[in-house]
Amino acid sequence: MAAPPPSASHPGRTLTIFMLVVVALGGLMFTLDSTPTPNLGLDLEGGTSITLTATPTDGGEVTSEALQTAVEIIRSRVDGAGVAESEVTTQGSTTIVVAVPGVSPDALVELVGTTAELRFRQVLVAGPGFAIPTPPPVTGSPDPSASPGATTGATTAPATTDPPTTDPGTTLEPSSTPAALGGPRGSSVQSGIAGLAGLANGTTTSPATTSPAATTPATTAPTGSDSPSPTTSATTPPPADDPTGEAAAAAAYAELDCTDPANLQGGNSDDPAKALATCDAAGGTKYLLAPATVLGTDVADAFAGLPQTGVGDWQVNLEFNGDGADSFGAMTQELVVAPPPTNQFAIVLDGLVQSAPRVINAILDGRAQITGDFTQSEASELANVLKYGALPLRFETSDVTDVTATLGRDSLRAGLVAGLIGLALVLVYAMVYYRALGSVIVGSLGIAALITYIAVVLLSEWIGFTLTLAGIAGLIVAIGITADSFIIYFERIRDEIREGRTLRAAIEHGWLRARRTIIAADVVSLLSSVVLYIVSIGNVRGFAFALGLSTAVDLVVVFLFTKPLMTWFGKRQFFGEGSRWSGLSGDRLGGRNRPGGTPGPSSTRAARLARTTEEA
Amino acid sequence: MSRFGNLGARLYKGEVSYDFIGKAKTWYAVSAVLLLLSLGALVLSGLDFGIEFQGGAVFIADAPGGTVAQARDAVLGAGVDAIGEATVTKLGGDSIRVETLALDLPESTVVREALADALGIAPDEVQRQLVGPSWGGEITDKALTGLAVFIVLVSIYLAMTFEWKMALAAIVALVHDVTITAGIYALVGFEVTPATVVGLLTILGYSLYDTVVVFDKVRENTRNILGSNRWTFAQAANLAVNQTLVRSINTSIVALLPVLGLLVGGVFLVGAGALNDLALVLLVGMAVGAYSSIFIATPLLVQLKEREPAVRAQKARVEARQALVSPAAGATVTGRELPGAAGAAAVISRTRNVVPVGQRQQPKKVSRERRTTPPPKKRP
Repeated sequence: MAAPPPSASHPGRTLTIFMLVVVALGGLMFTLDSTPTPNLGLDLEGGTSITLTATPTDGGEVTSEALQTAVEIIRSRVDGAGVAESEVTTQGSTTIVVAVPGVSPDALVELVGTTAELRFRQVLVAGPGFAIPTPPPVTGSPDPSASPGATTGATTAPATTDPPTTDPGTTLEPSSTPAALGGPRGSSVQSGIAGLAGLANGTTTSPATTSPAATTPATTAPTGSDSPSPTTSATTPPPADDPTGEAAAAAAYAELDCTDPANLQGGNSDDPAKALATCDAAGGTKYLLAPATVLGTDVADAFAGLPQTGVGDWQVNLEFNGDGADSFGAMTQELVVAPPPTNQFAIVLDGLVQSAPRVINAILDGRAQITGDFTQSEASELANVLKYGALPLRFETSDVTDVTATLGRDSLRAGLVAGLIGLALVLVYAMVYYRALGSVIVGSLGIAALITYIAVVLLSEWIGFTLTLAGIAGLIVAIGITADSFIIYFERIRDEIREGRTLRAAIEHGWLRARRTIIAADVVSLLSSVVLYIVSIGNVRGFAFALGLSTAVDLVVVFLFTKPLMTWFGKRQFFGEGSRWSGLSGDRLGGRNRPGGTPGPSSTRAARLARTTEEA
Repeated sequence: MSRFGNLGARLYKGEVSYDFIGKAKTWYAVSAVLLLLSLGALVLSGLDFGIEFQGGAVFIADAPGGTVAQARDAVLGAGVDAIGEATVTKLGGDSIRVETLALDLPESTVVREALADALGIAPDEVQRQLVGPSWGGEITDKALTGLAVFIVLVSIYLAMTFEWKMALAAIVALVHDVTITAGIYALVGFEVTPATVVGLLTILGYSLYDTVVVFDKVRENTRNILGSNRWTFAQAANLAVNQTLVRSINTSIVALLPVLGLLVGGVFLVGAGALNDLALVLLVGMAVGAYSSIFIATPLLVQLKEREPAVRAQKARVEARQALVSPAAGATVTGRELPGAAGAAAVISRTRNVVPVGQRQQPKKVSRERRTTPPPKKRP
């Protein structure tokens, strides 16, 4: 005979500790949030949720990295639009859900749904990220020494605009000062064979130390014959024949203020055939960019890695597909002989410059490396951006739901009322059927409800869990599942009494058997909610989470509260002696002292067993 | 309660016993008919999918005093061609619900403004939902993936905890429940929404929950059964079903009560909505689940077990012995209330069943005594 669980001997202690833990959690809840309420979903609070479904345009797979990059892009768009407390999350493998409190303007819905595109554009002009009335600076002299096949950085003259703090040209991974300026990292691009890197990028050209007395932009024309003409001065009014839109872009460049968040939200679908004035993603630098010569779809793959030599920092390896290799080769050939900053190309994602590496040598085989003093995560981030371009996701707006605050409140009220009705019905049934024992159910359900509430609030704080209508429905359905555990236990106790055990013995033995059933049943329930949560999208997730949470709470309560409470009650006279109203009286259940007075054979055995149990 | 409690006691002792296992063919027939009807309905009339599955636009306006006609005129007169036909219904409270074909964002804004204008409320007081045509399909795809993963995992779990035959029987019962629930939806013509899918998935868990409770008792009753001559597997399983009957009824009632609350909350407070759809499918599914755990899963398990030679041999042994003790009792425990000698057989078997571990060392002696001196009738 198995030894009774420890709680059999110290039910009071278990109960006390359990209650203390609950109180502590409650206290924790109050310290985190003085008016502890769970985060409500938009369907209860009012707001707009936009569900986007990604489909790969080239028939490939939607990778989680690409989806995550898309989330980052959309998040920056929404944040840029100045919407507070919006949430952008992925659900499943192809779905992104944007939740915006308050009914949002249509513009935001459009903004969120636009597909982000990756392009490679030659940098024409770069400058500090704020609007300057004077013409933007053009820096540097032509870089004479960007010869292909150079073996070390030493052959590459540092960009003349390098801040004095850098020591370019002597290492593979020149350091730069981008962080302070918030610009993209100093980085350069090179072929996989010629391992060297110089340094030049937007940040190095951007600081205010750059002479403002520089000439008008774009006088430093790249030598490439077929390159877009950068000779148009910003001061030139936009002529009618401005096929590349460069004049307009130059004018916009002068005005551009990258400290304005609105200019950093992206989503402005840039025309690849036109020049573009835009900011880098961090807002520290602004660029005037030539029309795109290489598109994101030309990228075959991109990944972060360490140099094959094993020396040096993280780098990003970039591979182009056939067409991409040709156009990238042509671009680099052109850029490599161009003067700074036009020997840089900008990696533009969603209209914002992610990085602007300088070309060290022409890369004709479609395999490039971008080096800089990347950390692993920075390199991965850039690789993801490039990969995202390699795998353009087209987003379809699957669902747009505006819920007005009024209807949200109505739903919340309906959910709460439904829950209360359900709870009340269960409690009444428990009291009628189990009489005094029903009070254990009432207490246990009460504790379970309390713990669930605390858990929901804490999870709101910690992992941003939001309670939706489906979640409330899950919690309500879980009332039944939770109560079922108690019923299984109580029926088990009754069975034991019917077999002639004393109440105290029945409580312990019934538990040993009920425990197994409860665990088996709850594991099935947990399994279904976990699977649903992982796999599913939309409402199903909220429901599954709530159901899983309640099942876990049920296990905790039945083990640490209900069982010790029963043991404790078993030692009390009212239950222990099987009062008529206790719900456990032997005669009602057909256990001991059956009517008729004849002690059944089971009774004698029961007495014997009871003794054994007490001894055990 | 007390009568029910007594019934519980008598069910437990086998004094009252319903022959669930012996009549398996009847239940199978009933289920076969239900399944055929369900499949027929699913094939012939199909499910009525809500707009989430087809794509479309829904507007809900909370407008006291607004009429359906007003709303319809406003929507159709909004000058949006794509609107097709508008379905306008009055929900509980003061809400009016308008459902149209798929609209794009600007079109929906026009419709929303027209509707708000006609009902005399602000446009942003009109709830709007635009659903792309593929959204519901995605939800369903994911749900089906989830279903497949869940069935595999739960089969492994049940096979480990119980045995693979129990897992198989439980899964068959599960498929049975889901099919019939879907069939009822097709038959009655309830609308299928994503919430319905959620509910259907919950039924999976619930159907198994019930089955697990019964099987747990079957396992307990049939432990070491091959070494015993008291019970056939079928009889032990039948006793298990009877013994857990009150529990099954109770858990089903208790599970259904909150669902009832949901239904009340859904119908009277919000009108048609997610709560409603969910509650409805749960109500149907849980009822079917309770039925299948008793009438389908356990008989099926018995059939599966009786394919084992050892179980068959033991069955022949026990039946021969039981026929010897009480010809009237027959091969299985039959009859509503076991009278006389049959009762004796049942009681003997019961005592075998309830003897705790420590007592099981000498069961033969106990039963031999019993056989020679049958206990008095247990009629109160």
